[in-house]
Amino acid sequence: MGILEVKNVNKRFGGLQALGNVNLSVQENTVHAIIGPNGAGKSTLLNCLVGKLIPDTGSVMFDGQSVLGRKPHEINQMGISRVFQTPEIFGDLTVMENVLIPCFARRDGAFRMHAFESVQHEKSLNEQAEEILVDMNMIEKRDMHAASLSRGDKRRLEMAMCLVQQPRLLLLDEPTAGMARADTNNTIELLKEIKEKRDITMAIIEHDMHVVFSLAERITVLAQGTPLVEDTPENIKGHPKVQEAYLGQAH
Amino acid sequence: MLGLNRKDTTLLIVVFLLTMLAPFLLNPFPADSAMAQFNAGYPDLMQRFVIFGIFAVGFNILFGLTGYLSFGHAAFLGVGSYAAVWMFKLFTFNVVPAIAAAVVVAGLFSVLIGYVSLRRSGIYFSILTLAFAQMSFALAYSVLSNPKFNLTNGETGLQVYADDPQIFAVAGSPNLPHLFGLSMRSTYTMDVGAWSFDFNAGYYLCAVIMLVVFYLSVRLFRSPFGMMLRAIKSNQQRLNYTGLNSRPYTLAAFVISGMYAGLAGGLLAAMDPLAGAERMQWTASGEVVLMTILGGAGTLIGPVLGAGFIKYFENIFSKINDNVLHSWFAFLPDGMEDFMVTIIHPFVGKGWHLTLGLLFMLVVIFLPGGLVEGGQRIARLFKRNTTQTPGNDPEHHPKPSPHVAE
Repeated sequence: MGILEVKNVNKRFGGLQALGNVNLSVQENTVHAIIGPNGAGKSTLLNCLVGKLIPDTGSVMFDGQSVLGRKPHEINQMGISRVFQTPEIFGDLTVMENVLIPCFARRDGAFRMHAFESVQHEKSLNEQAEEILVDMNMIEKRDMHAASLSRGDKRRLEMAMCLVQQPRLLLLDEPTAGMARADTNNTIELLKEIKEKRDITMAIIEHDMHVVFSLAERITVLAQGTPLVEDTPENIKGHPKVQEAYLGQAH
Repeated sequence: MLGLNRKDTTLLIVVFLLTMLAPFLLNPFPADSAMAQFNAGYPDLMQRFVIFGIFAVGFNILFGLTGYLSFGHAAFLGVGSYAAVWMFKLFTFNVVPAIAAAVVVAGLFSVLIGYVSLRRSGIYFSILTLAFAQMSFALAYSVLSNPKFNLTNGETGLQVYADDPQIFAVAGSPNLPHLFGLSMRSTYTMDVGAWSFDFNAGYYLCAVIMLVVFYLSVRLFRSPFGMMLRAIKSNQQRLNYTGLNSRPYTLAAFVISGMYAGLAGGLLAAMDPLAGAERMQWTASGEVVLMTILGGAGTLIGPVLGAGFIKYFENIFSKINDNVLHSWFAFLPDGMEDFMVTIIHPFVGKGWHLTLGLLFMLVVIFLPGGLVEGGQRIARLFKRNTTQTPGNDPEHHPKPSPHVAE
């Protein structure tokens, strides 16, 4: 049993079968990549995992519990954190506050009316937040406005916000989309670093082969809404079906 | 002090001194001089300054902090007034139960409206609140004022009559709103030479209440709850994907600001035991939006400044008529005098809205952060060489934050 089990998931948008009978199993402490050409249904699948979309049929189980029909914040509270295609951070807040918010969310749950305490007085949460900023090499930027960070730093900050929650599953939605080669390599290094430092399960949605083959331990190839194969990177590279559906055209 | 950092404590002390010394500060001109009409230190206007300050501070929690632009906050103000006057009618002229009832009733009312309106954000939220407020106005103006069930007394406005029960009225207490016997209208006038200063009981009650709720709003701004509200304004999607449910946060902010509005309405009634439907009209809702933006949305002191600014204009500029203008320009030759009066005439008296509109445009275009930003810019001019913040890299200028959550 993997930590995330997707079984027979179907999703239609009008006449378009976005997902057809998707089965997927993500094992704990592995980096699992889901690849596929544009329109293969990668984002639809991801949105089904985080509660943005509800599949027509099938089940999505996380750690033995169904995530279907739950709201994004409930799914996050179950232990799934998500990194977006373009970094989603709190631009008007400082870097430190950006990291503090997930700390509060983890300790206090989805809502707590703490309107009379002071943020500074939460010693242990402030320490947690500082720790992750040190870890991500961002501590000297703690008082900067998040919106004024460079794009790479925004990505780092978003990762820090997800990691400080100690998620059981980290979902990454095309973390290198639209990046220059150098930025892509930086992101790969960042993800490798994260993986080495902590036991973490990651599911990466990606269409850049370079990223996938440098990070993933398992790969699922999606084409036209259906999984073609699931295997190790070595086997995927040589797989004839994959060559035909994806690699042959793309590169 | 009081759980605040040094900067906030200083701000609080400054606000404390300004409100306590307002009777002096607002009456800088001798009572008989030509400039006396610019004096704002009379009880009625001073009360309005602080009451609308409370209204705007509360509105700022929802708009400035959370990014939800409500166009219906006057409904809560009106409901608070009605609740307070009903307390006068039924029980006693003591203002304490009246103000408490105003806050509670407005709070309940805002739970109802907020629960429905907050299902949408952005412009749709604004429209929903506007619709609710206009419905409340219609209810107060006509529907709830018929011979069988007269809750609001329609056009005339709700007021206290001699045959009202007032079951807890204490014999010998003033026949006007009072605080345990101290009439809200009692005023001590101090004459110093040509100057005259009014110390009004009602004003000081409002001022103390404003200081308390201002302090509460400072605490709220600095609290984790306030941080979450700013996060909602900044990026609601990220907040949801960080495991926080934005719905109760926005509802709490809405209800708190509704209670502030109710408090302001209750105080208005406590100063003058009359509640009219026009208090709930959309122009009144728009006014508090203007106050907050003019002063500086999302800042602590901005809304109070904005409220004071607008109320000053409303009451002082509107009093300048042609006679006053003629007396100002009497030193000019006749033709010039008439010319100047003709030019200025549309901007004063009944035309004060025109001046306000122009000022509002200037502030929004040149000082998007409101009067507070103006103050900060002036302060920066004085210590320019000492402040070189590291965030001044032109490549990475954060875009100014939008007023409304997306």
